Amino acid sequence: MSKFKKKKGGSTPGISTASLPDIVFMLLFFFMVTTVMRETTLLVDVSMPKASEAQKIKRKNLVSYIYVGKPTKRLQSVYGNEPRIQLNDSFSEIDDLQEFIASEREARSEEEAKALINSIKADSDIKMGIITDIKQELRKSQSYKINYSTKRGDPTAGLN
Amino acid sequence: MARSGRGVPEINAGSMADIAFLLLIFFLVTTTMDIDTGIARKLPPMPDPNQEIDNSQLNKRNIFIVLVNQFDQLLVNENPMDISQLKDAAKQFIDNNGRDPSLSDSPDKAIVSLQNDRGTSYEMYIQIQNELTTAYRELRDDLSIKTYGTTYENLDNEQRKKVRKTYPQKISEAEPKNVGEDI
Repeated sequence: MSKFKKKKGGSTPGISTASLPDIVFMLLFFFMVTTVMRETTLLVDVSMPKASEAQKIKRKNLVSYIYVGKPTKRLQSVYGNEPRIQLNDSFSEIDDLQEFIASEREARSEEEAKALINSIKADSDIKMGIITDIKQELRKSQSYKINYSTKRGDPTAGLN
Repeated sequence: MARSGRGVPEINAGSMADIAFLLLIFFLVTTTMDIDTGIARKLPPMPDPNQEIDNSQLNKRNIFIVLVNQFDQLLVNENPMDISQLKDAAKQFIDNNGRDPSLSDSPDKAIVSLQNDRGTSYEMYIQIQNELTTAYRELRDDLSIKTYGTTYENLDNEQRKKVRKTYPQKISEAEPKNVGEDI
């Protein structure tokens, strides 16, 4: 019986930190794998509308992004507050879109270029006119797959 | 007992945790967890200017016309409607199977035609798209559960194809017109 009581008493032993690096490394690898570096700096404010039917885009390497929204507060003194289109890292006009699609296609292999998805990330406050223009331009450049980027959630929550 | 590798001192691994922490914090800060979600659509090709559009085989009853104006007001088959009723109206129209003479003949003939104004808000447009997608998803789910006992999402490709054939998602968007700004 005294065998078990032997260790009792004395000061509590310190917690071993030998496995700490392992735990930290595990977390590190998790974040390294899941991390996506922000590729573009947004020049426009985009708060996307909500939709309950939103689905994940499976192949991210096939997506080209078209941002639409008002210029951010900082840039409004220069660019005004009319909704603008942002392609890559700069403001663009609607006429630049065909060129943008061509360059996006060129950056990918022939197979992938065919499956290119245009993700329209637009602010919920903008009017459809600009979206319609974008859609027409996309049709002209024969890039038919589009994706209206939305957040998941109840769509009626935001509307009055 | 003498230590075996006398000449080679062990590397101190005590700071390994610190290095790992540093890297961890870096990735924690730079990571963005946002997954891209959205409503997928396919645009139609540009109309051929030489080609006459043949509407003769389209029966008027098979078209579900959704109009939305610059004030975000809906007009569905010439009746004003609230967005909350759109899903049920669409489902009723698609799944009519010839019962009501004013609604569609069969789900695969039914076409939802959506036309918006340039002044329509994007949020409203997405909501309409969302409601129409929901209508189709629910119909497909109902059929999937009836025939396969599970929702459409859990079916394999072959089964999905069959369900899709019964309920093809035909949402057509009219060629853009500029209505609101002309007035």
